[in-house]
Amino acid sequence: MATMRPDLAAIAEMIPEGARVLDVGCGDGALLEYLTATKKVDGRGVELSQQNVNACVARGLAVIQGDADTDLGEYPSQVFDVVILSQTIQATRNPKGVLGHLLRIGRRTAVSLPNFGHWRVRLNLLMRGRMPRTKALGYEWYDTPNIHLCTIADFAALAKEAGGEIERALALSEDGSTRPMRAEAWSPNVLAEGAIFLLRAR
Amino acid sequence: MGPKFLRPLSAPDAEKGRAAQFGPEHALALDAGRTLAPWTIAYMTYGALNEARTNAVLVCHALTGDQFVASAHPVTGKPGWWETMVGPGKPIDTDRFFVICANVIGGCMGSSGPAEIDPETGEPYGLSFPLVTVRDMVRAQAMLLDELGIERLLCVTGGSMGGMQVLQWAASYPERVISAMPIACAAKHSAQNIAFHEVGRQAIMADPDWLGGAYQLQDKQPSKGLAVARMAAHITYLSEAALQRKFGRTLQNPGGVSFAFAPDFQVESYLHHQGMTFVDRFDANSYLYITRAMDYFDLAADYGGVLAEAFRGSKTRFCIISFTSDWLFPTVENKRVAHALNAAAATVSFVEIETDRGHDAFLLDEPQMFATVRGFLNSVAAGQGVA
Repeated sequence: MATMRPDLAAIAEMIPEGARVLDVGCGDGALLEYLTATKKVDGRGVELSQQNVNACVARGLAVIQGDADTDLGEYPSQVFDVVILSQTIQATRNPKGVLGHLLRIGRRTAVSLPNFGHWRVRLNLLMRGRMPRTKALGYEWYDTPNIHLCTIADFAALAKEAGGEIERALALSEDGSTRPMRAEAWSPNVLAEGAIFLLRAR
Repeated sequence: MGPKFLRPLSAPDAEKGRAAQFGPEHALALDAGRTLAPWTIAYMTYGALNEARTNAVLVCHALTGDQFVASAHPVTGKPGWWETMVGPGKPIDTDRFFVICANVIGGCMGSSGPAEIDPETGEPYGLSFPLVTVRDMVRAQAMLLDELGIERLLCVTGGSMGGMQVLQWAASYPERVISAMPIACAAKHSAQNIAFHEVGRQAIMADPDWLGGAYQLQDKQPSKGLAVARMAAHITYLSEAALQRKFGRTLQNPGGVSFAFAPDFQVESYLHHQGMTFVDRFDANSYLYITRAMDYFDLAADYGGVLAEAFRGSKTRFCIISFTSDWLFPTVENKRVAHALNAAAATVSFVEIETDRGHDAFLLDEPQMFATVRGFLNSVAAGQGVA
């Protein structure tokens, strides 16, 4: 599937055949549809935008209009094989609470996020003295939905604090390629544009 | 044969529909512990059943609705109550689907109810008609479908009390329901909703013409009480914002208030009109019976208090729709059903439509709702190979 966003393709690769999957912040359902078609998953979604939910429903997907910050408490524990949170954690009000719920609901949690420690972001702030705007994060500081941006190292620390253990960590580069990384290492936190983590509860 | 009607038809060109009649060998067992026999269920169909019998969609009507979902009402001559949703090329497309809608048991548009003649006495049932429940309504519809030779439904849908029937269908007959689309409803009637219903019932029973429910025998009707019941209920179908937008404090007479109790405000005239037109088409005892059926509805109670148990193992695909300004069946109640379905590992989508039109939004022109319904039905039909 050539049009699949690189971080979604990397997440898809982590999902076992026939898994029960919950995609939190599933957007228009592209990943869920892909996983249903290629991995025969039993997929569910949660999405904030009504237009996106309609798009999902028309695709035949099972998606609940709702808010990750408030609704995840309703889900029973350990009912999904994998819970996905792609490019969403930085937009939640309570990232630690959300991540805690994901680790509880799913046996595995796959998270993709933009890396605010990328050298271009650092350089941007250093040279211009203004809040960085990049290709991946194209908002002004005052209108951005990304209210809780973090670096790869920040997220690795949060994952531990929320009771998670990192099983796999991938660095996502600007050309869309991924490579395994050590989340605590110095270089991916500077060089990677984003990251994909596979976590499980400790 | 056609259904019987309470009053002479004022819209003689309107299609009167059909009625299925069941004799003592097919008595209807009711939750109240009584059986009904013989009994009648009046219904309308739209579109054509395909050869494989896989394109049937059942529409369940709300408290004051009836089987005339997509064609002129035979008493009022007005368009069907859901013509924006059901019809050729509409989201529930009668060019593709065979749509069935039946008057509920206890109703007053040809199905057995308190206004119909009790064959044992030759007189109207009145209050001797047994109390019915939402589950009884659904049981009766299932027997109608047996009669029509329809084993499985591509979709069951409806709003408000219609949505309650949808949930009951999914719980009682999961193997017959491929998909279910409950709109603006709840798995139980709330204390506030029961309270509003009781106000309506007391208004009817306080009318001297109600005569203990036996008004038909004296050719009377508790019109005033029924109109007040309708007026009070109608407020609950709207929203503060919608009332403000439509009427505000606008006066009937721009010259000023009358310093009397005749309607001064437009919102008063509007409610009076709602009350007056309602009594021409609805039976007061039916109103008592059907509001009671809604009050008794508590799906979880039938399953040990755990709503998820009502849907355990269900293969039905659900799509639940609520409206932001609906305070009668608010989003939180609709979402409770969605969460129970999730807990039961059922396949469920949930959409909340942004609107200020309150509970009645499900009957109105709401493009996002139409988009949801169309998208859901298309994907269900595609999954079943229905053209």
